[in-house]
Formats: sequence, C-alpha cells, structure tokens
Amino acid sequence: MRRLIKHGSIIVDRWQEIDPDCSAPAHDQICSLGQWQALTDKTGSAVQLEPGQEPAPLYSALEDIQLLVIHFPIFTDGRGFSYAREVRERGYQGELRASGHFIRDQLTYLQRCGFDAFQMADDSSLEAALTSLRDFTEHYQAAIDQPLPLFRRRS
Amino acid sequence: MYVYDQHDQTIIDERVAQFRDQTMRFMAGEISDGEFLPLRLQNGLYLQRLAPMLRIAVPYGLLSSRQLRKLASISRTYDKGYVHISTRQNVQLNWPMLEEVPDILAELSTVQMHAIQTSGNCIRNTTTDQFAGVASDELEDPRPYCEIIRQWSTLHPEFAFLPRKFKIAVCGSAQDRAAIHYHDIGIELVSNDGGEIGLKILVGGGLGRTPAIGSVICEWLNKKHLLTYLESILRVYNQHGRRDNKYKARIKILVKAMGIDAFRQAVAQQWTALKDGPSTLTEEEIIRAQSFFSDPSYLTIDGALAASDLERDRVRDPIFANWITRNTQSHRIPGYRAVTLSLKATGFAPGDITAEQLELLAELADLYSFGEIRSTHQQNIVLGDVQISTLYALWQRLQAAGLATPNIGYLTDIICCPGGDYCSLANAKSLPIAEAIQTRFENLDYVYDLGPLELNISGCMNACGHHHVGQIGILGVDKKGQEFYQICLGGNQAKDASIGKILGPSFKQQDVPEVIDRILSTYVSLRQEDEPFLDTYRRVGIDPFKERAYAQAD
Ligand code: HEM
Ligand code: SF4
Repeated sequence: MRRLIKHGSIIVDRWQEIDPDCSAPAHDQICSLGQWQALTDKTGSAVQLEPGQEPAPLYSALEDIQLLVIHFPIFTDGRGFSYAREVRERGYQGELRASGHFIRDQLTYLQRCGFDAFQMADDSSLEAALTSLRDFTEHYQAAIDQPLPLFRRRS
Repeated sequence: MYVYDQHDQTIIDERVAQFRDQTMRFMAGEISDGEFLPLRLQNGLYLQRLAPMLRIAVPYGLLSSRQLRKLASISRTYDKGYVHISTRQNVQLNWPMLEEVPDILAELSTVQMHAIQTSGNCIRNTTTDQFAGVASDELEDPRPYCEIIRQWSTLHPEFAFLPRKFKIAVCGSAQDRAAIHYHDIGIELVSNDGGEIGLKILVGGGLGRTPAIGSVICEWLNKKHLLTYLESILRVYNQHGRRDNKYKARIKILVKAMGIDAFRQAVAQQWTALKDGPSTLTEEEIIRAQSFFSDPSYLTIDGALAASDLERDRVRDPIFANWITRNTQSHRIPGYRAVTLSLKATGFAPGDITAEQLELLAELADLYSFGEIRSTHQQNIVLGDVQISTLYALWQRLQAAGLATPNIGYLTDIICCPGGDYCSLANAKSLPIAEAIQTRFENLDYVYDLGPLELNISGCMNACGHHHVGQIGILGVDKKGQEFYQICLGGNQAKDASIGKILGPSFKQQDVPEVIDRILSTYVSLRQEDEPFLDTYRRVGIDPFKERAYAQAD
C-alpha cells in the first residue's frame, strides 16, 4: 500500500488506485470523473480530476464526496491549485489530495490552496518532505489555510 | 517609500531560508535540473551563456540610498562591480555564483529587498510611472496600489505555476509612462462620471513574439475590489491559458481566442464567488498604503523666484542650460524639478551602472532628493524631488561622474537588451548596434532637431528591448547562422499605443547605422514644421521610408 502525507503526518493509503477502464469501481476505489458521474449513489465517493477537468460538475454533490484527488501529471501545470481553491471556497469538507508529480517545494502552496493530503509519485522521502510544509509562518494573501489577508491581521 | 514591519520581514527572511535549502539540495543532487528550474526562476536566477544572472526586484522602481549602497557593495563582493537596470525597472547582476546567491539574498533582505518572482511563470514585479507622485499631470499616485498588488502577488499560492509569466503595470497620469497597454494587466486610475477615482482595467497586452495591445475589461472598478478582481482574472487565465505551446501561453492569446466579451464574462463568473470576500480592500488598508507615499518635507518656495534664479544660471552656462532642457522636467510642487540621469553615454552598455556610480547616486539622493531614486523602464535613473536652487550643484557632480549625458527621450537614449553578449536566447548581438548608432549620431544638434524619438533594440523575438514599441525598433534575427537585423517603424507605448511595422528584409550589422540615417533623413525631408517622427510616419505611411532604406547607392 502506498504511503502519503495527510494532516501533516505520514499514513498508509486506504483507497484503491484509480482504474479508468473498469466499468464498476469498487466502493473504496477512486473514480475517474466519468465513472463518478455515472454513480447512482455518490455518498462516500472518491473522485480524481485531471488538468483540464474543471471541478464545476462536482458542485452539486460536494457533501457526498469523501475524497477528491487532484492529479498533477507534471509539476509545472498549476491548474490544480485553482481547482483546489474553488472547491474549498464552495464548501468542500472532505479530503483534498494532490497526487502525482508535484515536488516538495510546492507543498506550502498546495496546503494553502486547501490540500490536506499529498501523495507524491516518489514516496521514498516523505519524512524530508514534511519539513517543507513548514517553510512559511506568515503570508500576505488570503487563502484556504488563512482566510484573512495580512492587511486584516496586521498589528 | 514602503517600509517593512515584522510581518513583511518574516516573509522575506523565510523565503531566503527556503531558497538556501533549495540551492543546497540542488547542489547535493537531490533536486533535478528540471525541478530546480522554476524554483530558481521564481527567485530571479537564470543560468546564462557566461554565468548566472540574478534579477533583483525593485518594486515599481523605487530605491532608497541605503538600498543603493547595499547594491553597490553586493556588486563588488559577489560580482564585477557593476549592475544593470532592466526595462522592467529591476536590477540585474550578470556574474554571480550560484552557491553565493543565497548569501546575496540574505544581504538584500537586510535592506528590505528580494528577488522574489522577478522571473518564472508567475506574477512579476509590478511597474509604474517613474514620475509617480511628482508628475504635474497625475490624477492620483499609483504607488500605493502597486504596493498593495506587490503584497498580494508575493508568494501567491495559487498563481505560482501559471501557463506563462504575468506582468502588471499601474498608471495614474494623463500621459501613460508605464506602458500599461503592453502588460498582461494594465491599470489606470480614472474618474467616473461622479468624479470618484477608480480603476480602469486592461487585459491581454504584451510584447514577445506576438505583440498585442491590451483590451478594456472594466471601464471603472471601485478600488476596494482591486484584489478580488485581479484574482478572478488570474483564475480564469490559470485554468484556461494554453499550456501546450509556450509561445501561445500568454494571456493575450487567451483573450484573443475567447474574445474580450467572453473573457470578461468568464471573469465576472469567477468574481461572483470572490467579490466582497475577505480580500476586499478596507478603507484603512488603502490609507495605510498611501501613508508610505505621502509628501516628503518639501520647503515652501516662491516658484517664480526659483525660476528666475535658474534662468540666471542657464544664461551663465549653456551646457547646464541644455541639460536642464533635456534631462529635467516640471514638478507639481513649486521650486522643485524631477531630474533624469542618463545611463546612455556612448561606449557604455545601456542601463549599466557601476558600484561607484551607485554610491554617488546614494550620496546625491541624500543630499538633493530626500534619499530616494527611481529606476525607469527606459533604463535610466530619476531623482524625483530636486530643489531648483540645487540643480547647478547637482549637475556639476553628475557631469564629473559621466551621468549627465543630455539625451533623455532622444535618439541616443536607446533601450537595449543585453543580447548576444550575455543572453543564451539571443539571435544576434544588440549592444554593438546601440553603440554604433550612438557613435554615428554624436552630433547633438542633429539629435535634438529630430525631436523626441525612441529607438529600441532586442536581440531576439522575446522583445526584452521593447523593439515593437520603439518608433524605430531593431530586432536581431538569425539567417543561416549569421546575425541580421530587422527594422520596424511606428511603434508607440503611449495611450494611443501602436505596434511597429516591419520595414522589409533584414540588414547586415554594418549597414544598420546607415539605414537608420536614411530613415531619419527621410523623416526630416517629409516632416511638416515641428511634426514629431511618429506623426510624420502615421501621415505618410511606411513606403517613403522603405524606398529610401532599400535604394541602391549609385
Ligand atoms: C539575459 C537573460 C534574459 C533572458 C534569458 C530573457 C528571457 C526572456 C524571454 C524568454 C522573454 C519572452 C517571454 C514571453 O514572450 O512570454 C522575455 C521577455 C522580456 N524580457 Fe527578458 N530575458 C533576459 C534579459 C532581460 C533583460 C536584461 C531585460 C531588461 C533589460 C529583460 C526584459 C524583458 C521584457 C521587458 C520582456 C518583454 C515582456 C513582454 O513580453 O511583455 N529581459 N525575456
Ligand atoms: S530579447 Fe532575446 S536576446 Fe535580448 S535579452 Fe531578451 S531573450 Fe535575450
């Protein structure tokens, strides 16, 4: 089973990996967007977005989703940062996981955008990566982790 | 100018520590070249032809004497004793060592400076009018809004991996000196019908391979919505900008593809979620930002008396008189003028400035201009607040230091990128072209007779030297491994912006000064009275210039 960072510690994943070709994903399996849209009961579901798949189709069932995975096939494609903020701003409360080829130096930004779980393509140095989550203690802008911009907090 | 409190300082210090760690991991082989690339670019570090290049942010071009002294000392300790002023008002070091960059950043942080987001596919340094706060044609000082944007965009978590770089410029005056039409977002302070000052927002301008003039996305926006509106634009761009082809990735391509109306609608839709949220500016925050740019302690001076004293000095010394005419301009406070120091002396790379000159500037800024200077996108330096009665003394110091070349805004005040001498992307050298033109047109009377004229040179299509918006633009091109130069005419970066048109086939390096001469003499023969170059060009079109430029000598 693969390891990942969740809420600042390293855990073992309990979800089965996505299989976009299967017709009926198991209930503990991550769905592609197409598979997820076909689910009749979305309670407790898990779904993965690829770059180019905007989160709007999820909005009507955000409370039902337990795990939303946003996939980064390459770390320089930053669309997922916006997807994450959008779903959090619309009230998504479940696990928001970044998966794929992002790098540890992006962890603070990802966390600020609302991700609380990080599944890195290479999970061999997660312990070292954890320290990158603490790169910054102060920020100028509002984001998901700190909804007030600095100008509303300065003293 | 803006002064950091403990919050600002913490952010900058933590960024230095983060970059030091990243550099160490890179040198230890723990970060690949590909992964380190955006990390170093987001901190202004290019790996160039001869050495790395570090671009240091100068927010909207403002520097204090303390910062100047620090730059001088850094350039001596870590570089070759000079720096370069870029066309986006930043400062560049051409020869630092990678392993020393974290130390340079640490030194910069002690004077509230950094290199954050001076490169890379993120929101870059916000630029503005070099005469902000002192210009007589100003509606409102743009710098507080630049600072608000600087803070919002610094280490913005959502917009650090955009499709391409993103540049914002703000202008607050009748004449646009910030080139807002050529920025990804251009912002102008404007009054609405009720007389309230708000923000006009342009989107989709840019230079590079496909130059484009920005379109108006919002005619008037209440200032308090500045950040939420910017965030909405960026969010549409981040999600929909092209990522398959870096030459089509700028927001200008997206705006063209969608059409400005559809783009505006997409932004409006994002905005419904963000408008009036916590990033809405408070009255107190705007006032706080403005408080850093309030008037320095100007003396109350009898303007008429100062003018007559100045007249006396001018009559006494015609060289001084000429410098006053060419390199200084009016100020909104009686008894003061704004002075531009030319970094365009023949024989020196445009925009280069030595450590000694930086220190002199610091001293002169302290003596004559409240301890501050501004860098300009024409790659010069401005002392914004000089008392008229001290101009003569100041000029003597500048003369002695080679900083008083009286050519501001004229032909030889060339904007020029580093080109093939430094830059690995170059198709051709640009600095020797600038020098050849300056040498050919040494006769200042002729240069003045031509009137204000912008000649801009880039060493490749990336257009760092703004060649498209020069009234005369020169672009280095590669023809079967040989350096050639394409010339375009009619570019303009003011409010009636236009993009230069290509004259025809490109020229060999040694022919460029002659071709420029022919273009200029064509203008001189066709102009009506005091008609400026651009107006003549617009009236007669490109053909007469073309005919003359390509005519065979017989
Ligand atoms: C020496 C290393 C440099 C490299 C590798 C470099 C690279 C580039 C590239 C690739 C672009 C095009 C980006 C695009 O179209 O999206 C660009 C544009 C630009 N660069 Fe540079 N540049 C360098 C130096 C400079 C210098 C020294 C200046 C200022 C004097 C400068 C100012 C600019 C400006 C103003 C633009 C145009 C921005 C626009 O398209 O709106 N660059 N540069
Ligand atoms: S225009 Fe081209 S040659 Fe000149 S600095 Fe930019 S990338 Fe280099």
